[in-house]
Amino acid sequence: MNRIVSEDYDPDFIEELDSSEITGAFSGCLACRTCTSGCPVHRANNEYDPLRIMRMLTFGLKDELIGGDMIWLCSDCYTCQENCPMGIKVTDIINHLKNMATSAKHTPIGVSTQEKLLKDQGKIYIIDDFDNKKRTKAGLPPLPEINEEAKKLLEKR
Amino acid sequence: MKYSLFLGCTIPARSRNYELSARAVASQLGMEFIDIDEFSCCGFPLEATDEMGAILLAARNLALAEEKNLEICSLCSACTSMLTKTAYRLNRDRELRDKVNHELSKLGRAYKGTVRVRHFARILIEDIGLEKIKNSVSRDLKGLKVATHYGCHYLKPSYIYEGFDDPQDPKTLEEILEAVGAVNIQYRRKKDCCGGPVLLSDESVALDVAGEKLKYVKEAGADIMNLVCPFCDLMFDSNQKGIEAKFGLELNIPVLYLPQIIGLAMGLDRKELGLNLNSVNTKDLTARLEV
Ligand code: SF4
Ligand code: SF4
Repeated sequence: MNRIVSEDYDPDFIEELDSSEITGAFSGCLACRTCTSGCPVHRANNEYDPLRIMRMLTFGLKDELIGGDMIWLCSDCYTCQENCPMGIKVTDIINHLKNMATSAKHTPIGVSTQEKLLKDQGKIYIIDDFDNKKRTKAGLPPLPEINEEAKKLLEKR
Repeated sequence: MKYSLFLGCTIPARSRNYELSARAVASQLGMEFIDIDEFSCCGFPLEATDEMGAILLAARNLALAEEKNLEICSLCSACTSMLTKTAYRLNRDRELRDKVNHELSKLGRAYKGTVRVRHFARILIEDIGLEKIKNSVSRDLKGLKVATHYGCHYLKPSYIYEGFDDPQDPKTLEEILEAVGAVNIQYRRKKDCCGGPVLLSDESVALDVAGEKLKYVKEAGADIMNLVCPFCDLMFDSNQKGIEAKFGLELNIPVLYLPQIIGLAMGLDRKELGLNLNSVNTKDLTARLEV
């Protein structure tokens, strides 16, 4: 039997994630498939599969993971993470992979558009005069249009 | 009981019905909300692309509430989790806190670690109590059958929520409904996600996830759906027509925010609860309750 040898294997990638404060270790993954069996996105589209993401991680397939569309289908619902018998922070890990993909400029257009809006305004939706008129009429306090200080905080990011 | 009210981006822009009803119900129960104009986005929408930026935004919001010595009451589940998770991390990771405070100091602010963040519904359970909620009821809900959608971030990730409720078998929202005289209906996939966060990357998958749930809610014979997050509301209420078209279903399930249901039981009227702002029409519902 041949050994599985992957030319794409990236040991630094494994080390970086496995020792990250944010994600915690993943190397205890049993490949038990509990994550996938409860995943609502997997049920809607079986191309999406968190166990596959975990296996790809274990094999160090960085480019394929962060260059592909798969991770962006995760709905951040935390079902897998809550169910995982090994206490692996599956959802936090996938979220971190999305961040790595963004650093490598692989972000779906809808997501990057929203990011830009937020960095320009300090909030997703502008509250304009029209909104504030409706708010006042309903007895709600008016709100500032955008948030300058938050915008400043995100400048140069 | 004073709280700073954290609205986030979505609620003031597109869920005024949630804001109106929450404020109305809170005032009936003796909760005082303080509005902090300087609050920004909670940071959640940045978490997937710029985690550090998200933490900075959240930390600044936390610092603002600390300056006023107030805890945060949040209506949106995503805001609740983002703010709670950030406080959790900053309270445990000295290095991260120093880094964050270095940035905040440029704005003349600092995160100290004194602020507490809780969802509105959690505050109802923990600070107001079911007894007091029960005593505020003045209108009979006439056996109204309600299917509750807990959503994800109200209870998850559980490691940040200090053991509040049980994400594997949640009960708190249904306890509140029971206290105000509604009938809780069980349905398949009750604990599942609304699909909302996938909307920006794959709309069809997002609608499939939401559609499956709505189908089971309908099958279970619920009169209305109950929820506590504006993202979930977007999927089940605003997108319900689109889901009906996609699956060839007739659903017509009014989707109410928890305080809209509590407010109905308290005898409040349609306008006070913003029921005219719901996407799926609520007139038959209120006619049946003689509102
Ligand atoms: S549930 Fe946990 S241990 Fe099981 S396959 Fe998924 S990540 Fe690995
Ligand atoms: S967090 Fe993502 S991978 Fe995990 S169950 Fe939810 S959608 Fe699936």
